[in-house]
Amino acid sequence: MSIIVDKINYIYEIGTGFERQALKDVSCVIEKNEFIGLIGHTGSGKSTFIQHLNGLIRATSGNIFYEGQDIYDKDYDMRKLRSKVGLVFQYPEHQLFETDIFKDVCFGPKNLGLSKMDTELRAFEALRLVGLDENLYYQSPFDLSGGQKRRVAIAGVLAMKPDVLILDEPTAGLDPKGREEILGCVQHLREETGITVILVSHSMEDVARYVNRIMVMNDGILMYDDTPANVFAHYKELEQIGLAAPNVTYIMNDMKKAGWNVDTSVLTVEQARDSILSCIDQNVYRK
Amino acid sequence: MGIVKADKLTFEYIRRDEEGNVDSITTAVDNVSLEIKEGSFVAVLGHNGSGKSTFAKHLNALLYPTEGTLWVDGMDTSEENNTMSIRQTAGMVFQNPDNQMICTLVEEEVGFGPENIGVPTDEIWQRVESSLKAVGMYAFRKASPNKLSGGQKQRVAIASIVAMKPKCIILDEPTAMLDPAGRKEVIDTLHLLNKQEGVTIILITHYMEEVIDADYVYVMDEGKLVMQGTPRTIFSQVEHLKELRLDVPQVTELVYELQQSGLPIKDGILTTEELLQELERFR
Amino acid sequence: MLRDITIGQYYQTESVIHRLDPRVKLMGTLVFIISLFLGRSVWLYLGVTAFLAVIIKLSNVPLKFIVKGLKSVMILVIFSAIFNLFLTDGQPLVHIWKLTITKEGTILAIFMVIRLLYLIMGSSLMTLTTTPNHLTDGLEKGLGFLKVFKVPVHEIAMMMSIALRFIPILIEETDKIMKAQMARGANFEKGNLIQRAKAMIPVLVPLFISAFRRANELAMAMEARCYHGSEGRTKMKPLKYTKTDYIAYLLLALYLVILIVIRIFL
Repeated sequence: MSIIVDKINYIYEIGTGFERQALKDVSCVIEKNEFIGLIGHTGSGKSTFIQHLNGLIRATSGNIFYEGQDIYDKDYDMRKLRSKVGLVFQYPEHQLFETDIFKDVCFGPKNLGLSKMDTELRAFEALRLVGLDENLYYQSPFDLSGGQKRRVAIAGVLAMKPDVLILDEPTAGLDPKGREEILGCVQHLREETGITVILVSHSMEDVARYVNRIMVMNDGILMYDDTPANVFAHYKELEQIGLAAPNVTYIMNDMKKAGWNVDTSVLTVEQARDSILSCIDQNVYRK
Repeated sequence: MGIVKADKLTFEYIRRDEEGNVDSITTAVDNVSLEIKEGSFVAVLGHNGSGKSTFAKHLNALLYPTEGTLWVDGMDTSEENNTMSIRQTAGMVFQNPDNQMICTLVEEEVGFGPENIGVPTDEIWQRVESSLKAVGMYAFRKASPNKLSGGQKQRVAIASIVAMKPKCIILDEPTAMLDPAGRKEVIDTLHLLNKQEGVTIILITHYMEEVIDADYVYVMDEGKLVMQGTPRTIFSQVEHLKELRLDVPQVTELVYELQQSGLPIKDGILTTEELLQELERFR
Repeated sequence: MLRDITIGQYYQTESVIHRLDPRVKLMGTLVFIISLFLGRSVWLYLGVTAFLAVIIKLSNVPLKFIVKGLKSVMILVIFSAIFNLFLTDGQPLVHIWKLTITKEGTILAIFMVIRLLYLIMGSSLMTLTTTPNHLTDGLEKGLGFLKVFKVPVHEIAMMMSIALRFIPILIEETDKIMKAQMARGANFEKGNLIQRAKAMIPVLVPLFISAFRRANELAMAMEARCYHGSEGRTKMKPLKYTKTDYIAYLLLALYLVILIVIRIFL
């Protein structure tokens, strides 16, 4: 299972005088079980790109292959693609509409034409996967907290049993703990189901902590596509396009400049701690 | 008296059922007393639902205390006659930039406030010009807000408040919907206004990095004021902050982790430079 | 599809038409609409077409942009054309199955299409060249006499201006919600009319909730900026007629007179 994106271009509002090229020759391969972080400033083309992956937007030129099949083939089943490549939009709580949470999660599988029993089984499974309290299943989705609503919305897509889950800034607007909870939930989900996840995020710290591959978009171009350590090594270039590296990257680089022999490719606070401690004489601090 | 003074401020949301009977009472702000000095840059932290937004709305006389008193520039907010002067003294910027823009041109948007308070036409134009320049958005005066980036929209929203010549600006999570570059734009603008124009800034946020340069920090939880102090004293209490569903800047967290591993490093480090200096001792 | 709606949008550019007093433009739109219904002679329509062409040229709004706005109302136009085509009695031209196209019907349909298209072009030209605030000011002042009858002119005008500002935002939002539900397998193109209407519920519920939330927040933002109705309010851009405006009024009157003359004598 893989998605192959081959030189796609996308031009907005062709023939209106407001034309703008949103994607320029973007190519990449997304393999099974990957956890990819997609970063870029607002308007860099991230959202346009992910909507190509499930066929919501059609490329002006170029091809996309899902499991070896060209999704732009005339008789390709686009609706099936959408169930396989699940996309959760930013502020997903804005798409909740049913009278209770359970019904809302059933919406996706029901659209797939599944039987009532299969639909409900899938909804239960999805709600369990996002870790929502069972007492809440039959309550109105509108009474939930921001973080809970987001879980319900993610469950709504998971219930379609996608192979790939794309999350567009799932933590936007949440408080620090809420952010951690949602990302923890995604991490757990990956461990349990082996689903491929593409996480669009503004938080370099979050991306560094969770993903194993980062794509950087700038002005519609896929600028970097590499491991987090390799991408953040370009922190100066990232700054120029309105992004940054995680704070620890800066700390470690500054320490290196000051003559410490630390590892500048660390991604988390814990790794930074270990690297710093390894440079300090054990006798200084071990009592 | 400071620009803002709260004395045992309490606010209760009363939910009623269909027959109008009281269903439940939520205390959104619980017995908060504080005083904010004019010209300072103050941050209010707290997780979603901690009562910080409800508190902010009191400062703008959009809500009135159930109990206790709140003074803005010496004016009691629960007195109806003061409402308009309070809103002029303490302007408010909200979270969603789209939902606070009324007009379709940037300059008209900035002029809306002064129009409401009856500023003469010539002066409105002067105010629009100077406040757009103050936030660095003068070049966009003829643009439609819909075409601006999130950070630019929020700067226009700030200019719209500045044009009313307030002594104090309250911002309710102004950066929650922005990307990192937009967040920086907004925070830099606020510091500039604070330093150059001497406007008191009350910034409500849950991004810890935005708080580092504040003069004073309040932390709210379940409607109560649970911590207060300089950023340094607040961020040296890592565990307490995490209990409150909050976070600390990565530098501070690194210091905390090093301490936990037994390194005798001092508390309350906020910047990389400070950390480097401190680590020199262990070289 | 939704992006094609240009009604109520403002097209930012510099032109004589943009600079005109909104009251002139309102009056102009009214005169134009009246002139459309003066009659059905070819001469009359040549006059109307010439007038519209000159105004579009003067406004600096690309014709392409105006035409794009027509797409969204095309169904309405086609429907009325078909009705006129088949349901008008008169001299038969062609028989198709049980339906007859008459000469009168054809003429009527053509005029109807032109009329509708011109009507939409004319009125969207007004919003394209006038910022909603300006338009509001124009309405407020132009209809100011209604205040005598206790009509809250300012409030109505303000509501209209806000509605206009939020149209593009709500359109974008509808687009986003539709896509989000499509990602969950929703299908908006399948089935009969009732099924399609039902398929819109997952879009309409979130849209309404969001619109209410926006309205709430906007009301609060307006209050926070000391908005309290028209009382004691000053104007940033007070309306004042200039020489150009008087000339425009004169030209409008001239236009109407010429058309009436055409109607009577040609």
